[in-house]
Amino acid sequence: MREITFIEAVREAQAEALIADDRVFIMGQEIGSYGGVFRATQDFVRRFGEHRVRDMPIAEQSMLGAGVGAAVMGMRPIVEVMFMDFVACGMDAIVNHAAKMRYMSGDQLRAPMVIRTQGGSGTHHGSQHSQTLESWFLHVPGLAVVVPSVPQDVKGLFKTSVELEHPVLFVEHRALYRTTGTVTDPVAPIPLGQGVVRRRGDDVTVAAVGKSVHQALAAALEMEEEGVSVEVIDLRTLVPMDVELVLESLSHTHRLVVAHEAVERGGWAGELVARVVAEGFDELDAPPLRAGSKATPIPFARELEAAMISDERLIARRIRESLDLAEYSA
Amino acid sequence: MTEGAGLISSVTSPPLGDQDGGSPERGGDLGGLSDAQLLDVFRTMYTIRRFEVTMERAHLAGDLYGPFHSSMGQEAIPAGVCAALRADDVVASTHRGHGHAIAKGAELGPVCAELWGRATGYCGGKGGSMHIVSTRHGFIGQSPIIGGSGLLATGAALSFDLKGDSRVAVAFLGDGAVGQGVFHETLNLAAIWRLPAVFVVENNGYAHSFRADQMQLNPDIASRAEGYGMPGVVVDGTDVFSVYGAAEAAVERARAGDGPTLIEAKCYRWRGHNLGDAEHLYRERQEVEEARRNDPLHRFRQAVSGRLEPGALAGIEAAVDEEIDDAARFAAESPFADPQTALEGSY
Repeated sequence: MREITFIEAVREAQAEALIADDRVFIMGQEIGSYGGVFRATQDFVRRFGEHRVRDMPIAEQSMLGAGVGAAVMGMRPIVEVMFMDFVACGMDAIVNHAAKMRYMSGDQLRAPMVIRTQGGSGTHHGSQHSQTLESWFLHVPGLAVVVPSVPQDVKGLFKTSVELEHPVLFVEHRALYRTTGTVTDPVAPIPLGQGVVRRRGDDVTVAAVGKSVHQALAAALEMEEEGVSVEVIDLRTLVPMDVELVLESLSHTHRLVVAHEAVERGGWAGELVARVVAEGFDELDAPPLRAGSKATPIPFARELEAAMISDERLIARRIRESLDLAEYSA
Repeated sequence: MTEGAGLISSVTSPPLGDQDGGSPERGGDLGGLSDAQLLDVFRTMYTIRRFEVTMERAHLAGDLYGPFHSSMGQEAIPAGVCAALRADDVVASTHRGHGHAIAKGAELGPVCAELWGRATGYCGGKGGSMHIVSTRHGFIGQSPIIGGSGLLATGAALSFDLKGDSRVAVAFLGDGAVGQGVFHETLNLAAIWRLPAVFVVENNGYAHSFRADQMQLNPDIASRAEGYGMPGVVVDGTDVFSVYGAAEAAVERARAGDGPTLIEAKCYRWRGHNLGDAEHLYRERQEVEEARRNDPLHRFRQAVSGRLEPGALAGIEAAVDEEIDDAARFAAESPFADPQTALEGSY
């Protein structure tokens, strides 16, 4: 076991993929001699050459589109979209091309590519550099959506993602980049669609991914002082989504809060809640609640951001509401 | 199905005299093509024409459903370009892509069946007319998202570059694609990485109802190539020998590692944007009739008249007529797509 940072895990995961498979190459802006704006490809040009670590012009459509074209010809591109907000610029390549190639072609073409990106609030980058947009991709059949929360999962999920015969959105929260965690050597591939219980508890289940998992754990600590026992589930991937694990947890907690930094309106929590209500209605003692961000763009000023973003305080509040509602309904 | 014999008159324009356009290549070396190559090129052009005519009729008869974009009048472009390609080179196409698939060697039966939405179609009915794929023939798909074919071809060219293959990727695009931002991005990317790609813009005068001269002040699309540091070539897209010549040079350049070329093939879209298009809202019948005088098949016939035996082309026509009728019959008699398969192949 070693302790490494989240960004080191991202770097190791990519390097291991480049070493393991010569079909793998990386495209992105500033990823070459600069080493990536978050250092995700530091030293890669020296190790793997400019041919496989390809600096791109600022042109997301062609970057993602050329990734699709290379993937259908048998390559395994890793495409780094520097900020998640910028996926909007290359959305056509992801939604209309990558996601559909295999299906439309009757399985003659496949687009196995990993689209790596990072997003999230907390660094005061303003409205166009802070969004959490993974929910967009749940709505497009044909894409896997992976949102790791710890270094071990970064490596294990990346290994599976790079080998998957479908395109993958691999979403990182930049606030996690300097967090640390232990990793095994080597890290075994983690199947997509398998969540994990991060903390056992009896009263309320909180389901989350990425940074929100850490916030849910912080909220659980806070609730512990109030005598409330919170179970925290890290879904790890949103497509596929481990609804089974959530239902299993609800069979003893009977209360659910779904936490994400994405805007609550139209966010993926709604999908999970709908599934839980449809498949586990009898287990519920209270209405499932969401802890998402308010429906505004993300503002610059600290005080403004705090007023709209989903965080551990909001998660704790939703946990209390869930308990109150349960009491009320009982 | 309509009997083959009845179709011939609509497959080609009436013979024209020299004053009506003629052939710039008459007496020339016909692109340096051998007799066998000439016959192949003719076969491709005639097959595309005959395919479009037959499918259009099947559509009007109610045998087909969904949008139908005819490439009639543009046959010389796929025929000329694909004649310059190797079997392992790849082609990405547009919504108006039947001709590209045929020219790259896709088999008529599964192409027809895909238009019919049948289980025997290349994509099992999941693609349709705008999404034909035959990887076996290097036809890597159509993108009816305007400009998307450029992405696929650029990516394919990138894969050849990464693997050290000597293969070439061709993107067919329409003049409408030139207005897309992605056109700029892909050409620039292919240029800076010197990718083995060829971009062929079929400038047929219209993007749906929008005339090319309404979309850009610079009427010469090929001149944009200079901005990307690549050669730009304008050819008469109704003259298969000019198309072939430009394609051959571009493919050779790409294969040699010298980077991409932009070819603008000027042509005219004989049919509306799609079958059932309200053409009367934006162009006069007379304009279409004028343009049809430049029939690429007729021009070919004139050009080769002193070179090939007269019966040679008629023999090809008869054989192709039969092949297409067979393909249409195969499609019509094929099983419907199994609803179970609708849920397979996605994630």
